[in-house]
Amino acid sequence: MSTVATPAPAPRRRRRRGTKLQRRQTRIGWILLLPSLAVVAFVAIYPLGKTVYQSFTNQEFLAGLEPTKWVGLENYRELWHDTIFRDSVWLTIKFTLITVSFEFALGLIIALVVNSSFKGRGVMRAVMLVPWAIPTVVAAQMWKWMLDDVFGVVNDLLIKLHIISHPHAWISDPATSLASVCAVDIWKTTPFVALLLLAGLQVIPQDLYEAADVDGASQLQQFWRITLPLLRPAILVTLIFRTLDALRVFDVFNVFFGNRQDTQTMAIYAQSTIVGDGHVGYGAAVSVAIFLIISLFVVIYVVFMRVTEE
Amino acid sequence: MKHRLLLLAGLVGAIALIASLSVAAASSNKPSRAHKAAAISAPKVPNAKTIKKKYGGQKITFVGDSVGDGHKRDLALAKRFTKDTGIKVNVVPHPAASDQSYSQLVRAFSQKSSSIDVAMIDVVWPGAFAPYLVNLKPKLGKQSKLHIQSIVQNDTIGGKLVAMPWFGDYGILYYRTDLLKKYGYKTPPKTWNQLFTMARKIQTGEQKTNKNFYGFVFQGNAYEGLTCNALEWIASAGGGTLISGGKATINNAKARTILDAMRVQIGKTTPRGVTSYQEDQTEHAFDDGNAAFARNWPYQYGIGATAGSKVKGKFSVTVLPHGATGKSVGTVGGWQLAVSKFSKRKDASIEFVRYMTSPAVEKFDALTNSNVPTIVSVAKDKAVRAKNPYLKPAIASVPRVTRPAKFLKTHYNEASKVIYQGINQILNGTPAKNVLPGMQSKLNQIIK
Repeated sequence: MSTVATPAPAPRRRRRRGTKLQRRQTRIGWILLLPSLAVVAFVAIYPLGKTVYQSFTNQEFLAGLEPTKWVGLENYRELWHDTIFRDSVWLTIKFTLITVSFEFALGLIIALVVNSSFKGRGVMRAVMLVPWAIPTVVAAQMWKWMLDDVFGVVNDLLIKLHIISHPHAWISDPATSLASVCAVDIWKTTPFVALLLLAGLQVIPQDLYEAADVDGASQLQQFWRITLPLLRPAILVTLIFRTLDALRVFDVFNVFFGNRQDTQTMAIYAQSTIVGDGHVGYGAAVSVAIFLIISLFVVIYVVFMRVTEE
Repeated sequence: MKHRLLLLAGLVGAIALIASLSVAAASSNKPSRAHKAAAISAPKVPNAKTIKKKYGGQKITFVGDSVGDGHKRDLALAKRFTKDTGIKVNVVPHPAASDQSYSQLVRAFSQKSSSIDVAMIDVVWPGAFAPYLVNLKPKLGKQSKLHIQSIVQNDTIGGKLVAMPWFGDYGILYYRTDLLKKYGYKTPPKTWNQLFTMARKIQTGEQKTNKNFYGFVFQGNAYEGLTCNALEWIASAGGGTLISGGKATINNAKARTILDAMRVQIGKTTPRGVTSYQEDQTEHAFDDGNAAFARNWPYQYGIGATAGSKVKGKFSVTVLPHGATGKSVGTVGGWQLAVSKFSKRKDASIEFVRYMTSPAVEKFDALTNSNVPTIVSVAKDKAVRAKNPYLKPAIASVPRVTRPAKFLKTHYNEASKVIYQGINQILNGTPAKNVLPGMQSKLNQIIK
């Protein structure tokens, strides 16, 4: 870390339309962008548009009996009164709030630890990634066995440590199912959060801390006054990534609970409506609703980011 | 430099750890059990020469079994078929939960995909899938006469034979003869309450030496199998068959009583986690010697009776218990083989179905996998009877209850989901009176 990145002065935005040359360059720029825009339109806008269109129809997977009709807002009206969907939204939001806050707190601590220099830091940084590197379905299945009430190692350990007296069905018992699935997600994703935050920590210039030391700032003051403010961009990116991921969660819940009703996330509800029940139209409306809910979170974050930048 | 090396070493170590963990996870899927010695080999294909001349070298994909040793059987039969006819068969096991394998087929059919040639079809699906299946009557009509006619009728939609019966299924009760004797019981339980009492007593005694022992296991996970189990409980308690005469009937006093009785047993005479058990978990619990009673399909008999099984010679089968005011029943299960309309190798596929549903293969399946033959003469065969005691009239002639597929057609899966999700909720602790009314109105909406 010998070079110090000096923050570039923010370029002043030009409102003028520019010279003739600039306009021509703009045109060439657009032409060069076209292929990538076409790809984006094909892989993102077209499917989204099609989903929105389908959400206004009564399309069925096995359409042998009913021909597809335009039904207007019928699906959305039904969705508004769909209590199962509402439950799934709340469950997903609860899951997101719990896991993202724990992952952030733990991830930050881990990032700070592995950012300080100590012997074996390299090994530590690699090893901490192990949970993140295991495919989610494999990890979830592993934990499902470990949490089993008859053969699970978790119950065995807790009983030997005299924390509980009888084996507990962590996954099956509705009282602990959300907690157990959150724990597994936190175990699995904290390394990812730590990694992103570590990257943010590494671009903070070391001489700021040296200067703070000279000025007699305590470690805690350094953390609040230097580390945290300069880490803010990395924190926001991390939180956006994790929140969006958590809102779309499917795999852990699917492995843990299958088709249980009280543990359906939004994504599982959409999948089982479309693929299980064959209601493509209604399922599309569910998907659009999920899209809007996730967009809402993105808007909140982006606004928050702007406000803090100013 | 040293730093880099350390990092590299760490990474390699991490990868090795992950690899070993994944392997461990994959291999512990099934507790190791002695493999079945293949005493009988797959029967040879009749008319193999003619078939080889016409279709040899073609390649077909068969979406087959995955429960118990079903996949092994499929591979053995496909290998023999390929050897005799030159038609290559790619055997793909379907998802173990039947509602998931339904979804898989829905996706393939709705995309008019030719990737599946022959598929294994649950007894409740022909109505939903008929438009996508080849009429087998012209080529296999004669062979279908050998099979039990009620199943053939089930597989005939609008005069077309859309699937061939392959093996039958009905729910039966497995019980440990040695433990019944040990705890002073002469006969297996007749009613559910007797079963609970016996399960309780045996469990209390056995848990002193085996902490993993429980009285009763069944399929309580929220999936198709629970619909089958619940239908048996409710029908055997005189609570009807979920839907009858085009109307949902599930919300009645008798159904409430039996469902609440089951709910109280969860975690007491059953493992608490039984609400996530499917067939395989049931079979493992019983065959590892960790349960006194189990409800399962006949296939479990063959696995338990295999040399090397912990319960070999210590268990028997009987009809399922009934409620205070009902009769023993068994849910009709069973699998058919069908050929996709979008297959590019229909004729070769039909030849494969002909072989798989022939008397020789059904006998092979009954002897090696204890699956219920759908061919009358095979079911009467002495060797088959001797090996599969659930075929004796006292068990085989018990009244059958059918899942309400005929009222639902393409909506069957959706309705079944309402049923198994609701029942699973009850088993997980919600009183039946809070769940059944909602289920009933949802079912009526779907029927409409």
